[in-house]
Amino acid sequence: MELLFVMVIPLIIAGVALYGTVKGVDVYAALVHGAGEGLTTTMRILPPLVGLMTAVYMLRASGALELLSRVLAPLTGKLGLPSELLPLMMLRPVSGSAALGVGAELIGRYGPDSTLGRMASVMLGSTETTFYTVAVYFGAVGVDRTRYAVPAALCADLVGFLAAAWAVRLLF
Amino acid sequence: MTMTWIWSGMVLVSVVCGLALGRGPEVAEAAMEGAGAAVQLAISLAGMTCLWTGVMEVMKRAGLAEKLARLLAPILGRLFPTEVRDQAVMDSLSANVSANLLGLGNAATPLGIQAARGMARGSRTASDAMCMLVVCNTASIQLIPTTVATVRASAGAATPFDILPAVWLASGLSVLAGIGACLLLRRVWRD
Repeated sequence: MELLFVMVIPLIIAGVALYGTVKGVDVYAALVHGAGEGLTTTMRILPPLVGLMTAVYMLRASGALELLSRVLAPLTGKLGLPSELLPLMMLRPVSGSAALGVGAELIGRYGPDSTLGRMASVMLGSTETTFYTVAVYFGAVGVDRTRYAVPAALCADLVGFLAAAWAVRLLF
Repeated sequence: MTMTWIWSGMVLVSVVCGLALGRGPEVAEAAMEGAGAAVQLAISLAGMTCLWTGVMEVMKRAGLAEKLARLLAPILGRLFPTEVRDQAVMDSLSANVSANLLGLGNAATPLGIQAARGMARGSRTASDAMCMLVVCNTASIQLIPTTVATVRASAGAATPFDILPAVWLASGLSVLAGIGACLLLRRVWRD
């Protein structure tokens, strides 16, 4: 089973190559042509990424997120979210690598099979880096009026966190 | 404009908090590191981005993308009613959703951007379909959370993948909440 998870990417590539060849498509030419388009995408996501990551790095260094999680701790405690997980929840929408770092530290400190470790794992597995996604998608297509996308995405994140805590309590 | 508010807010809060908490020098250092880190990230993603847009092109020419789209049409047609007629958008959209389901975030992003570009049609304002696409992607509909499982395994978890049902439940509810929020907000949102 684990091997299957590891092999997902090579299996997809091989499967597509086989299917294309059988269908008589010039697979290699198509691949190279498509890859060229990926270069355009990279060029387009770079500018919004520069803006976003500068702000994210500054925010992380300023200690604002720790401050916010201390302010929010009494409130989230009532909702069934342990305060130990607040820094993780604060970082999750902002920075994927930072959230993974904090999450890995939590999993290491409390143990992967503890309630806290499991909640941290489920939170990491069931949410995405919201601001990165918003900045990259809208930045890449040149849309600057994002309307309700951010509030709706944050709503999904909040429900994801609550559901993660709740699902771990329910299933373990 | 939303991004303007968020971005300016993040920068302002960082400076004010940094000064108030005596972490000014750290903020200054971070301000100079972020941009370089963004370039590094974009470059480290560039290979995978090119690979997946390449694989997508093969899937399109072989008719595999269309098959996938037809398979997912009952769900995606309902979520994106304005895009159903645009085959190219539906193809990219289906590939984006499939990549997300497999936990291939790096593959999902370029495919999703392809779909978003088709949906934008040159407008600078996000359409309802684009909001739905972005929210679905921020909510992450992963079936196999590979990265977390790796972290759990290295921390000595008995069975790293035992969190799977909980992840499915949590991400399912999160996606539903995102879709619900989109459907609700599109009715009440005043630009």
